Amino acid sequence: MSFPQTHRVNPAESYRIFGVLLPQCRIALIVAGCILALVTPFLVTNFTVFQLTQVAVYAIAVLGLNLLTGFTGQFSLGHSAFYALGAYTAAILVDRYDVAIYWTILPAGIVCFIGGFLFGLPALRLEGLYLALATFALAVAMPQLLRYEHFEGFTGGVQGIDLFKPDSPVPFLNSDQWLYYFVLFVGALLLVGAWNLTRGRTGRAMIAIRDNPIAAKTMGIDTSLYKSVTFGVSGFYTGVAGALGAIVAEFVAPDSFTFFLSVWLLVGMVVGGLGSIMGAIAGGFFILYVPNFSEAVVEFFYGGDPSAKALIWVAFGTFLIFTVYVVPNGLAGLVRWCVGRLVR
Amino acid sequence: MKKSLQITALAAATLAMGLGTALADSDMPGITKTEIKIGNTNPYSGPASSYSTIGKSIAACWNMVNDKGGINGRKIKWISYDDGYSPPKTKEQIRKLVERDEVAFTFQTLGTPTNSAVHRYMNKKEVPHLFLATGATKWGQPKKFPWTIGWQPNYQTVGAIFGNFILKNYPNAKVAILNQNDDYGKDYVVGMQRAMGDKFDKMVIKRETYEVTDPTINSQITSLANSGADVFVNISIPKFAAQAIKKMAAIGWKPVHLLNDVAASIGATYKPAGLENSKGIISVDFYKDPNDPEWANDPETVEWRAWMAKYYPKGDLKNKFNAYGWAVCHTMIAVLEKAGDNLSRANLMKLAASLKEVRVPMLLPGMYVDTSPTDFYPIEQMQMTRFDGTRSVRFGPLISSETE
Repeated sequence: MSFPQTHRVNPAESYRIFGVLLPQCRIALIVAGCILALVTPFLVTNFTVFQLTQVAVYAIAVLGLNLLTGFTGQFSLGHSAFYALGAYTAAILVDRYDVAIYWTILPAGIVCFIGGFLFGLPALRLEGLYLALATFALAVAMPQLLRYEHFEGFTGGVQGIDLFKPDSPVPFLNSDQWLYYFVLFVGALLLVGAWNLTRGRTGRAMIAIRDNPIAAKTMGIDTSLYKSVTFGVSGFYTGVAGALGAIVAEFVAPDSFTFFLSVWLLVGMVVGGLGSIMGAIAGGFFILYVPNFSEAVVEFFYGGDPSAKALIWVAFGTFLIFTVYVVPNGLAGLVRWCVGRLVR
Repeated sequence: MKKSLQITALAAATLAMGLGTALADSDMPGITKTEIKIGNTNPYSGPASSYSTIGKSIAACWNMVNDKGGINGRKIKWISYDDGYSPPKTKEQIRKLVERDEVAFTFQTLGTPTNSAVHRYMNKKEVPHLFLATGATKWGQPKKFPWTIGWQPNYQTVGAIFGNFILKNYPNAKVAILNQNDDYGKDYVVGMQRAMGDKFDKMVIKRETYEVTDPTINSQITSLANSGADVFVNISIPKFAAQAIKKMAAIGWKPVHLLNDVAASIGATYKPAGLENSKGIISVDFYKDPNDPEWANDPETVEWRAWMAKYYPKGDLKNKFNAYGWAVCHTMIAVLEKAGDNLSRANLMKLAASLKEVRVPMLLPGMYVDTSPTDFYPIEQMQMTRFDGTRSVRFGPLISSETE
């Protein structure tokens, strides 16, 4: 007996935009994106390169959160804690053990993987909002732990730890450009990793847990193991972002990792698109540029009025509401919608 | 051939853009014939946003300066960004100010962790990092960080003043110390140690610390009281200072109570602790509290009030920070006026570090700002105050401390 094989190829792959096959469009776009990312540092000022590096760092952190929330449906308000853990792991390795910064990224990720996995084991018995509360506690506790006097020898207490940005080993790159390429390289690796993870068996299991945990369990998916491992992987990504962020900022202190950072990552994820890997990049841009844009808008309209500063966050809130209202599925959803309208 | 030329030109242009910031170094960055660009970061949002009125009052001060025609014909362009008291954000905003906005220098950037994040950057870039809004001691290291200078009396200065006060007035005292367990609290103790020398170990019979996260400090107060000390040096923030005063009244411990200036506030500390319990507390101050009836007809305060009404009407007249902003702004004006047309970064830094007894409004009478190439602590004088149940009355002469 044989099944009728009318759809041997994924039907999506036979769609066309302006006569070009959809997969080819995608490849063309990715190649264009890569070229743009590689060329930009030579076209803009060092300050913009520095900002783009930060965008990449946030994008990695948003990606980490997205693996947990977007794909597996577990809420976390505690990712600032993993970010801090990664940043401090890198900073302490550099500061106390003279490790070269390049070798601090992986350990930071591993520490956060372990941290995430261990936190995930008990916490993932909690569902939805209760999990959000438990992770919230983590975010609130972390800055206090970093200040704690008995850890001061390692963490530097309230004063934090200074780091040095590496000098560029490539003669025609300055240190900002070099760091950008380094972060971009790490980010690209993680992006491909996330892509592979979510498109295989594991990814389907994760999505099944998100969409219907009971059905997923019935199908034989070990939900608690998957949830814990996802928590670990998510921690890994965020920890790597934290380590890179520490190197970019050249400084860590408890005040760098307040609960607000968690909220920012959440905002970046939702705006970029839940469950979208490319959306994480858009999220990174949103986190960095929209507050700056709000500040510029207020500056433009109110110039010298000292009281106008309070309006920055009103402007930001307006942009956020606007974004959520106009593109409810995030920027990735917007792209998907456009593609849907264009295909023939 | 033509094409290869094009490519070369393009490559050269790209390279030039990359190096742009390095090459575009004129003699006086941020200065034009008509304008002086000044950068600043303040926590307009986030946990420390109550301090942001300092940034706002300074903006209002520059508006007044500009209305009067600016300084030597140049208007002040004040660019103040929000950093939310988050060090990485400060780093980004400061780099934006220095590299994109190309400010001449930064002034009154607020916060200890935030300024720490850019301390080395400013010195590497050789951009004057002037009159920071933080009391940490590390801003006065002219050898290691020649481009960074603080403004307000640093915590060690106050500690030293307390130390000298005890030596002079209570040479045979038994001293107990309570301090917050961080660099702020420890700085005070270091200052006391420096002033008291080897007497410190002899006279201090009991020390306790608390964490800023502790719910109460009752047990510390009890243990300090049991030591039998007759002078109590209290280095705590308002919340804990109020707890201490209440507990001391409850257990009937009545030592000479020296309270750090951070908590010496009627509204934040004495009222919650009970005005009667707070009577007799000794502290220090360096600028005029506009709420104090003593200054009701003081010309400087009257001028300050008129300026507030015209340029910062939304600002709170009861908020001492607005007087602070006014005073620090005038310190900056003094430097710029002295600089005349030589507004290069090196010269501005040199002048900021050579202020000779400059009087700034709203400082206490007789006080002045004073710096030298080896003294990066502009304000080192303070006056003792004693709370009489309704207000803090100044007593004794101005005290100057020795922190080089």
